[in-house]
Amino acid sequence: MSKFLYASIGRKFLMSVTGIFLLLFILVHLTINLLLIFDDSGALYNEGAHFMVTNPAIKIMEPILALGFLVHIIWSLLISWENYKARPVKYKKQDLSVASSWASRNMLILGALVFVFLVIHLANFWWKIKVSGHDLLNQGLEPGADMHNTYLLVSTLFKTSWFYSLLYILGGVLLGLHVTHGFWSAFQTIGFSNKVWLNRLQTVAKVYAVVVALGFAIIPLYFMIKF
Amino acid sequence: MADKILKKLYIEVWRQNNAKAKGKFETYTIENISTGTSFLEMLDILNNDLIEKGVDPIAFDHDCREGICGTCSLYINGRPHGPDSAVTTCQLHMRKFKDGDTITIEPWRAKAFPVIKDLVVNRSAFEQILQAGGFVSVNTGGVPDGNAILISHEDAEESMDAASCIGCGACVAACKNSSAMLFVSAKVSHLAKLPQGKVEAKARARNMVAKMDELGFGGCTNTQACEAECPKSISISNIARLNREYLSARFSE
Repeated sequence: MSKFLYASIGRKFLMSVTGIFLLLFILVHLTINLLLIFDDSGALYNEGAHFMVTNPAIKIMEPILALGFLVHIIWSLLISWENYKARPVKYKKQDLSVASSWASRNMLILGALVFVFLVIHLANFWWKIKVSGHDLLNQGLEPGADMHNTYLLVSTLFKTSWFYSLLYILGGVLLGLHVTHGFWSAFQTIGFSNKVWLNRLQTVAKVYAVVVALGFAIIPLYFMIKF
Repeated sequence: MADKILKKLYIEVWRQNNAKAKGKFETYTIENISTGTSFLEMLDILNNDLIEKGVDPIAFDHDCREGICGTCSLYINGRPHGPDSAVTTCQLHMRKFKDGDTITIEPWRAKAFPVIKDLVVNRSAFEQILQAGGFVSVNTGGVPDGNAILISHEDAEESMDAASCIGCGACVAACKNSSAMLFVSAKVSHLAKLPQGKVEAKARARNMVAKMDELGFGGCTNTQACEAECPKSISISNIARLNREYLSARFSE
């Protein structure tokens, strides 16, 4: 089995499986996030956030998700290094734009940028909610409410900081670009593609990418414009 | 109508004496080239000039010069087989260039394809991959048996499409990872689609992929550059099939 995970297709298989898992996670994450803009009192989003930290199924999934990210990142570095070594002498003149998409050639860079965003994002919210705690989390709640005011933490960041709002919009766009290629590529790698399905998967990939990019970008935009 | 004449061209080409020598680019000028000239004929004319001047002619691979044999190569102006689609270098014509152009010619670049001299690379890595499993070694019977085994039209067509691979290596040259996946997938697919090839399908996929990895080709990241630059337009749906064949072979071990 270890030999399989080191073979070229085996490595890609792991990227693909973790990638599809992360694609599913993004959809769940986006769905919860969109509650932010449908109820300005924040009660709906706080319920959603409370569910995500207390539901046992989600609790089980959290370390699995972290593992998914970790494997996806480590294997991407491994694959990129192996692929870099396969051409010791580079071309002097290369015209790649005719034959392949920019996103497909720059998955490592896009992934790295998404990773940088992810670290900032975790520091902004996850760290404060799960580890360090924050004053805003305990304000504005009804007495005796057994939950955090996550809405206040999130909305305050977007209302007060143009920098973070723009960063989160950029993060959504980068993720969208990453998955325009990643989505269909994951299915191609596990063999779920042929001449007919390739076009279908690439169309769905574009739709998925637009939904994700717009969906995540619209939230800081909403707070920037409305408040 | 007579072909137009390109009055002057600058040919920037990779010169390397032998496999171990350090190579470098040299620029030559060539005059009065008809746009009807094929790219390789242009190089022949340039080589005639060089020989007359006492310069070592440029070594490049060529054989049938009609796009069938897969011998010609060349990375021209940043693209394998040059600025035309679905053709080999021998089918590329000078009408694709303009007067005064600088044309950069490089050999295929890949760890698994070392340069032998100038623009000639050693592509025997492809042969080694084929030797690892690109054949049918079971007894498939005589001629009448061949007709007795029915094959659907779609399967026959897909198999023939995959079999049109001429093994030129443009897929490796085009790929940012120097991956040979399109070649290997074509060679696996044209047998996997036929009943004669199914008997050894699992061992074939396993062994050919293992050999491909061993020879130092990169992995596939689905950029589709190989399909776009392939002179025979081999589809990347073959790569999906190879992934399927390989994964099912490994999981059934």
